[in-house]
Amino acid sequence: MKFGVIRFPGTCDDVDAQLAAGRVGDAELLWHRDRDLRGVDAVIVPGGFSYGDYLRAGAIARFAPVMSQVIEFAHAGGLVFGICNGFQILCEAGLLPGALLVNDHLKFVFRQVNLDVVDADTAFTRSCPPRLSIPVKHTTGRYYSPTPVQVVLRYSAGENPNGSQDDIAGVINAEGNVFGMMPHPEHAVDPLTGSSDGLRMFESIRASVEARVGAGA
Amino acid sequence: MSAAAQPRHRELGLTDREYELILAGLGREPSDVELAMLSLMWSEHCAYKHSKKLLRRLPTEGPHVLVGPGENAGAVDVGDGLAIAFKVESHNHPSAVEPFQGAATGVGGILRDIFAIGARPIAVLDSLRFGEVADSQRSRYLLEHAVAGIGHYGNSIGVPTVGGEIYFEPSYEQNCLINAMAVGMARHERLTSAAAAGIGNRLILFGALTGRDGIGGASVLASAELGEGDAAKRPTVQIGDPFAEKKLMECSLELLERELLASLQDLGAAGLTSAASEMASKGAVGLDLDISRVPLREADMEPFEIMVSESQERMLCVVEPDRVEAVLAVCEHWDILATVIGEVTAQPVFRILRGEQLLGELPVALLVDDCPLYDLEPQAPSAPLYRGGDQRIATDATPAQALLGLLASANISSRRAVFEQYDPVVQSRTVRRPEQADAAVLALPVLDARSAAGSQPIPAIAISIDGNGRRVAVDPRAGAAEAVYECAANLACTGAQPLGLTNCLNFGNPEKPHVAWQLSEAIDGLAAACRELDVPVVGGNVSLYNESPDGPILPTPVVGMVGRLPDARHAGRLGFAAAGDRIALVGHFNPRRDGSELAKLQGSAPAGALPAKDVAALRETHRLVREGVRSGVLHSAHDIAEGGIAVALAECAIAGGIGARVRLPDGLDLFGEDLGTAFIVTGSEQALAGMTLIGEVGGEALELEGVLNVPLSELAAAHDSGLPALLR
Repeated sequence: MKFGVIRFPGTCDDVDAQLAAGRVGDAELLWHRDRDLRGVDAVIVPGGFSYGDYLRAGAIARFAPVMSQVIEFAHAGGLVFGICNGFQILCEAGLLPGALLVNDHLKFVFRQVNLDVVDADTAFTRSCPPRLSIPVKHTTGRYYSPTPVQVVLRYSAGENPNGSQDDIAGVINAEGNVFGMMPHPEHAVDPLTGSSDGLRMFESIRASVEARVGAGA
Repeated sequence: MSAAAQPRHRELGLTDREYELILAGLGREPSDVELAMLSLMWSEHCAYKHSKKLLRRLPTEGPHVLVGPGENAGAVDVGDGLAIAFKVESHNHPSAVEPFQGAATGVGGILRDIFAIGARPIAVLDSLRFGEVADSQRSRYLLEHAVAGIGHYGNSIGVPTVGGEIYFEPSYEQNCLINAMAVGMARHERLTSAAAAGIGNRLILFGALTGRDGIGGASVLASAELGEGDAAKRPTVQIGDPFAEKKLMECSLELLERELLASLQDLGAAGLTSAASEMASKGAVGLDLDISRVPLREADMEPFEIMVSESQERMLCVVEPDRVEAVLAVCEHWDILATVIGEVTAQPVFRILRGEQLLGELPVALLVDDCPLYDLEPQAPSAPLYRGGDQRIATDATPAQALLGLLASANISSRRAVFEQYDPVVQSRTVRRPEQADAAVLALPVLDARSAAGSQPIPAIAISIDGNGRRVAVDPRAGAAEAVYECAANLACTGAQPLGLTNCLNFGNPEKPHVAWQLSEAIDGLAAACRELDVPVVGGNVSLYNESPDGPILPTPVVGMVGRLPDARHAGRLGFAAAGDRIALVGHFNPRRDGSELAKLQGSAPAGALPAKDVAALRETHRLVREGVRSGVLHSAHDIAEGGIAVALAECAIAGGIGARVRLPDGLDLFGEDLGTAFIVTGSEQALAGMTLIGEVGGEALELEGVLNVPLSELAAAHDSGLPALLR
């Protein structure tokens, strides 16, 4: 299978996501001006500071030419995975409910946190154990939604790093094909760099894509 | 006397004698733009006129050196055709005036130095000094904003901040130190020179617009003492835009990868003036530069303003005429503005034009080489330069009280509150991040499924930055040498062998004899230690005039060192690993209280003497630890630094989350210091054969038999809460 990793100017974790996805399949970078997803089977919108996070995190990126293709792909049922800035962009693009607000302590935070997988029956978490150790790194990661949402990941008790509502770390859309999370699974794919728990999410995506292909979807 | 009553050259920081030399060299009066350019190029910041002669004492050659001092950054060979480029630089005075932007642009500037020589930045480290946070609202403000500025820039540009150090001392109250080190990686053949070459080649300026920010920063801020009225200098501090630099970095690296450039240079202090004249000087050519083509932020800028603007996120490159179009296309792809502003000429003269009009014509040598170099007049001070501070630990404190006091002290407590504001993992190379080992460790090859599954070694580099002004104040020569030993010791704990170092020499006003003496002695100490450990100096920076009306800062040479280890999978850790492991003390450890943290916290001035070192023993100890870590027989390794052996043992226990029972050798001072000489290591009894066994890992407390017994939770609480409590 082939992952497509979107690169906006200011994206920082694009190569990391490409390397992580490359451990379970093929992965190529897609430029923000592209108007073609080049036949990828799943899209990753990675972390970083797209367009400098100016105006508001994700607010400019959602208007990039490539995003109209991503939105079309998502509406057709394609798997779209937003990580950190990617999660912010997917919320701005209306593909996911809610918004990301500035952390309650107002500072950037890097921390290795534990996550509870509260929904392992999704295309993105089907290979995950109940608990994952994955780092967070962000200034704007406090999830908020005025309406009920489908929660997939929560920060484990006492580990919420940003004051997010109900310890929410990751949410999925009603159709189950668009998923966003603030922690960085692409930075948890090798025991040498701290943890390999995040690799399970990329494996989940591959398994989901292969199951669809197998089912003739 | 008011500034207005001064002749123009004095206002710009030139002495009468220097101005006479300019008149003689030029044979006429300089024009306004020429005088502005000369005053910057002849400033301490650009010309190193008070330090250049001393710096010649440092060893700069070695078998691994690929690029020595003189280029934008030095570089060493790390094998497999790879080079590691690195440099540390100060941004002290801008940060004292405006800490967020000062620190942010300090990071931006050092990163440009790294990609200017063709290397992709892979790590940043910082060395910070502030006044006593417990007592000073100003220091808390400077710390908070400087840290936020470093994070803002480093995090946003996608370069991990993997290490650093912070000390608090009263002498930095007015004049904080912000030293940033950047490390980059390139294939050997990609390393690029800043030397302009090829008569008729075009000069292309690319990146941000040129504005009025940072006018005269190098001369006004960086080359004079701080004093009253510094708030009025805030406009001389530049504003950083990490998003612009991220694009500039990717664009520059792509231009080099496509082999489109003849040379590349970043614009830093003194802007276009310095960048262009140094390119011309290195290439032994001249340049014609048309300022009417320079894209401006404000239309009505004066020629001298355009030439000296320190607007950030700009680069200058030399390009063969038939490649100009391709260069502009790559810049267009990255949304980077690029403009041909001049060309390389045969005569070694730098001509400033506005269209057809000639505004200035300066011999390149006059700008770059002819600034007089001064001999210092060093004289050891006859009276102590620094006073003791408040007593924070009672002289009759019990050992347990003293240990807890040290662990919670500003200089020793956990730095987590700071480094949690930095991203240490982006780029997926970070094998040891802060709190895990005494040095940062980064894998050299890309980590992927093959490296994870394979049995091939994964070569890595280790990086450390260190300097202790308090100890340099006690003895500049021995204290500066200790910074080198300490860095090498940090590397040994991860299994790395030093390859090269960079230094930033932060001192007071060198025109004062006692500061000249500190500087001269410290450089001799650095030079000796570098020779003893075979670690050449590949580049660095000097920051002088770090004084305020209260006096000079502590003499603060900061050393950044890079080493190599053969296999990242065996990179050492500092924390105790497993119950039952034996603990050994390795090294000729000769601790003294003079200049120690405990002495400081008991109110003593930095005075007395530092321990003499047995350098042969030190080298052998480092080798022993390095080899033990590499082979995996040592399960943890930590060098004994500030706070002495008691603090080192507590740090091992806290990091490992497990206690220890220890019996110290008779008469060994718990809190004395002897930096860089000795280590706490653990392993099986067999692995530690021949070392001084002092105890065993296990339990929920640190017990030093007959001396103290403190629960681990209490040690960790003191260590963790120290800095947050002081910042409140």
